[in-house]
Amino acid sequence: MTLKYSRKVMENFLHPKNMGEIKNPDGIGKIGNPVCGDVMWIYIKVGKKKEKEFIKNIKFKTFGCTAAIATSSMVTQLAKGKNLDDAKKITRENVAKSLKGLPPIKMHCSNLASDALKKAIEDYKSKQTQKT
Amino acid sequence: MRHIYLDNAASTKVDENVLKSMLPYFTEKYGNASSQHFAGQEAKNALEKSRRIIAKSIKAHTHEIIFTSGGTESNNLVLKGLFFNNPERNHIITTKIEHDCVLNTCRWLETQGAKVTYLNVDKEGFVNPKDVEKAITDKTLIVSIIHANNEIGTIQNLEEIGKICKQKNVLFHTDACQSFTKVPINIKKQHLDLVTLNSHKIHGPKGVGALYIKDGIKITPLTHGGGHERNLRNGTENIPGVVGFAKSVEVANSKDVEKITELRDKLIKGLLKIPNVQLNGPEKRRLCNNVNVSFNNIEGESIGGYLENSGIYVSTGSACMSHSLEPSHVLKAIGLSPVQSNSSLRLSLSKYTTEEEINYVLQILPKIVEKLRRISPLK
Ligand SMILES: Cc1ncc(COP(=O)(O)O)c(C=O)c1O
Repeated sequence: MTLKYSRKVMENFLHPKNMGEIKNPDGIGKIGNPVCGDVMWIYIKVGKKKEKEFIKNIKFKTFGCTAAIATSSMVTQLAKGKNLDDAKKITRENVAKSLKGLPPIKMHCSNLASDALKKAIEDYKSKQTQKT
Repeated sequence: MRHIYLDNAASTKVDENVLKSMLPYFTEKYGNASSQHFAGQEAKNALEKSRRIIAKSIKAHTHEIIFTSGGTESNNLVLKGLFFNNPERNHIITTKIEHDCVLNTCRWLETQGAKVTYLNVDKEGFVNPKDVEKAITDKTLIVSIIHANNEIGTIQNLEEIGKICKQKNVLFHTDACQSFTKVPINIKKQHLDLVTLNSHKIHGPKGVGALYIKDGIKITPLTHGGGHERNLRNGTENIPGVVGFAKSVEVANSKDVEKITELRDKLIKGLLKIPNVQLNGPEKRRLCNNVNVSFNNIEGESIGGYLENSGIYVSTGSACMSHSLEPSHVLKAIGLSPVQSNSSLRLSLSKYTTEEEINYVLQILPKIVEKLRRISPLK
């Protein structure tokens, strides 16, 4: 059934971290993959520490395969606590590496979580500029 | 950990008696059926006895059966073999819900000058015999229709379609890999000219199949060699495989079919109690061991991943699991959206499936569905 997934992928798939939604989030990033049908939503809550904005809380909802769920879970863990500039720099490769690799076929199709995170941060920023 | 194997449409466990029947042909009776000496004749006798068993099971004459390496080869041989033997008739009629080995053979034949009609099916997967009739032209060589579908279990009305083919004087072929020994096949009643059979779906070994070719039909072989199988399928015969195949037909019985049907119905009933689940394929005229459902808003591969974690093996029509990253062509043909296909699960039973196993699945699966629905953004 499943492809050859690393133990880290399986852990994040079977016991995903930070799943669910945030009520009144500061930003939401929604991304869909027209090829295989995956859908990922990332919610963030932004805090301030010494004038620097950082990700105080982050949650995800995902429709997708094992890899889609595992990458979502991983990106939330990588992003949590990071300041926004650093969080934005998280790449697909970072996520895959932290999961001890993904099957090649999944590198592109189900590895969109970092893109969803970027969108969530942009969503937050655009709301900020609207306010000012 | 315990394993519950519910992927019998993919392949099955070899029956103990089948295995026992094969063993002597590896280390004791290992002759080549073409040899003149005793060891060869021993192999030849086993080959011919097996041929009689297969022939009888579909009411054919013994010499009308040839052995192949399986369903894929038999289907290739029918379609290519007929096409290359009949330059004046280049039209093939088939359906949108065939196994890949028929569809991809047809697609390749299109590059060689064939014209192919891929018939639509209704939302349960049935071909309308009238559509077959309408599609036939004076160039039509063959109508090839899968007997029982491997994904959704739809059993076609071969008798009706066969009658039309006979009236119109075109050849009629069915791929009966999934239905063999589960649904009666009678070449006379169903007016069949060619039938594809294989062994590993019915508790026989992999890599063995057969093709029924009605007397008088000429096909071009795919392999050329020493004249084996009436020169239609050259290559030293796989005697242990063929013997096991025949044994698997002998041990098949209607009691098992009844038992599997009951368990299938129990499983379907239990699954449909989960909210927002739909059955794919028909309620009636459905293969006795096939269950296919869509759990809306969650993805098939991840359901399968959680099931595997509980020791339960199934399969899915999700794009995620196909080489092409496209959802199942069969589910698309019966009108499912990509999201519905991606959320589908096929559970296929066998005579070894127990009621306890079904109960266990029905206990585990609702929890998995609930968890994944909590993760899913789709509503
Ligand atoms: C309907 C159908 N046709 C053909 C095949 C191919 O048969 P084989 O695996 O023996 O090549 C299969 C199974 O894989 C099948 O389910």
